[in-house]
Amino acid sequence: MAEEVERKPVLEMVQADGTDGNCVTFVLHDEDHTFGNSLRYMIMKNWLAADSESPLVLPASVSCSPEVEFCGYSITHPSESKINFRIQTRGGILAIEPFRRGLTELVDVCQHVLSKFEASVKEYKAQREAEMD
Amino acid sequence: MRLRSEELSCLCVTCQVCDRNMAARGSVEEMRSRVILGEFGVRNVHTTDFPGNYPGFDDAWDQAKFEKNFRVDVIHMDENTLEFDMVGIDAAIANAFRRILLAEVPTMAVEKVFVYNNTSIVQDEILAHRLGLIPIRADPRLFEYKNQGDEEGTEIDTLQFQLKIKCSRNPHSARESSDPNELYINHKVYSKHIMWVPLGNQADLFPDADLRPVHEDILIAQLRPGQEIDVLMHCVKGIGKDHAKFSPVATASYRLLPDITLLQPIEGEAAETLKKCFSPGVIEIQNIKGKKVARVANARMDTFSREIFRHDDLKNLVRLARVRDHYIFSVESTGVLPPDVLVSEAIKVLIGKCRRFLDELDSNHMD
Repeated sequence: MAEEVERKPVLEMVQADGTDGNCVTFVLHDEDHTFGNSLRYMIMKNWLAADSESPLVLPASVSCSPEVEFCGYSITHPSESKINFRIQTRGGILAIEPFRRGLTELVDVCQHVLSKFEASVKEYKAQREAEMD
Repeated sequence: MRLRSEELSCLCVTCQVCDRNMAARGSVEEMRSRVILGEFGVRNVHTTDFPGNYPGFDDAWDQAKFEKNFRVDVIHMDENTLEFDMVGIDAAIANAFRRILLAEVPTMAVEKVFVYNNTSIVQDEILAHRLGLIPIRADPRLFEYKNQGDEEGTEIDTLQFQLKIKCSRNPHSARESSDPNELYINHKVYSKHIMWVPLGNQADLFPDADLRPVHEDILIAQLRPGQEIDVLMHCVKGIGKDHAKFSPVATASYRLLPDITLLQPIEGEAAETLKKCFSPGVIEIQNIKGKKVARVANARMDTFSREIFRHDDLKNLVRLARVRDHYIFSVESTGVLPPDVLVSEAIKVLIGKCRRFLDELDSNHMD
């Protein structure tokens, strides 16, 4: 059972002919709203390119270009456990970039949550120990 | 630059057609940070603070800002329940943790039941179903997932249990009694009758031999003299998505922190009525200069029955809202793992998912 061919696909990328990596639909297998919504939130929060250091004093009609033009996900059919995650970028940036950045940022968020949670649990247990004595 | 802050009652926060010059900056803050419970509906439900939606606000993701604002407070913890607050995170991620706690944290549960003899009144498949739902006290992190094709369980992915019990008549019972407890021996089959059968080198790996169901008083079946049950069970690792028997929590849920504001001072009889409209402890009456004045003491205890909307004189004087980024989690474990371990495992599962896709991206990139 070690052949690559027999392994189920985890991630596929679907791209329309003629586009150049700007708008890609990622098909994530064995995922649902749990992962789709949290990843969509992280990518939408990074709407603007990472290297735009200017403070955000924007008029309502945004004239500076956001990096991600569109980010959304859908579950194609409830009986199939896969999601279509679509990213469209502007300005010649490959769609893989915000996807990769969203993933790494989600990892950072989770690690921070984990460390804060474990610290809080430890503190609570220490407090209970102190009260028992 | 002058901030245009108006209370937009439609969902499109950047629409210029329907904006109105109404209240002060306060209403924008309210729209961003509170979910308002109106009389006939709930407003401001969705997260809107994405960059570009609010002029003058810097909403782009900033890990340092997030770390500064984020905190976790454990309110109460005992061996099976945990109540903690998570403040400063968005619904998408908090909900992901809740969904993972319910469906994607692995546990061990009985999957295959080999029935050697079942002369009880409970059918084989019903008995097997009941055995599968019994929570097993075995740390799932010490086991691997079973490969699909394997028929025989190996010692690294399977636990074997045996249930062998026979009911007989009690020879010492009184002649006239009709109490089954006195008349029959072993007529109730409990989960304490399930015995662990070590496979391979499991006897060395788990010398304490403490592998058993979490609760020993789960009634599995009832027997009468002459009936017997002799089954062998294989227990594997699985997740709740596959079958609910693998879910490690009795339930895991969260609610948002309530926020009750009195828009005007409420005194006298109205204060008493107000106090009765909310859960006990939420509103307290203070005696200021001989008059009874109502004050919000502890909004956290309220369950929002909306009783206030049945009183026309009071319903416009109170604003019911929820704080959008303050989640009060309540996790109740079935006993397999302590609830704080379950939450840590759930966060690790989400990290694992992200890493899996990052690895997949990197390996695709290399090709």
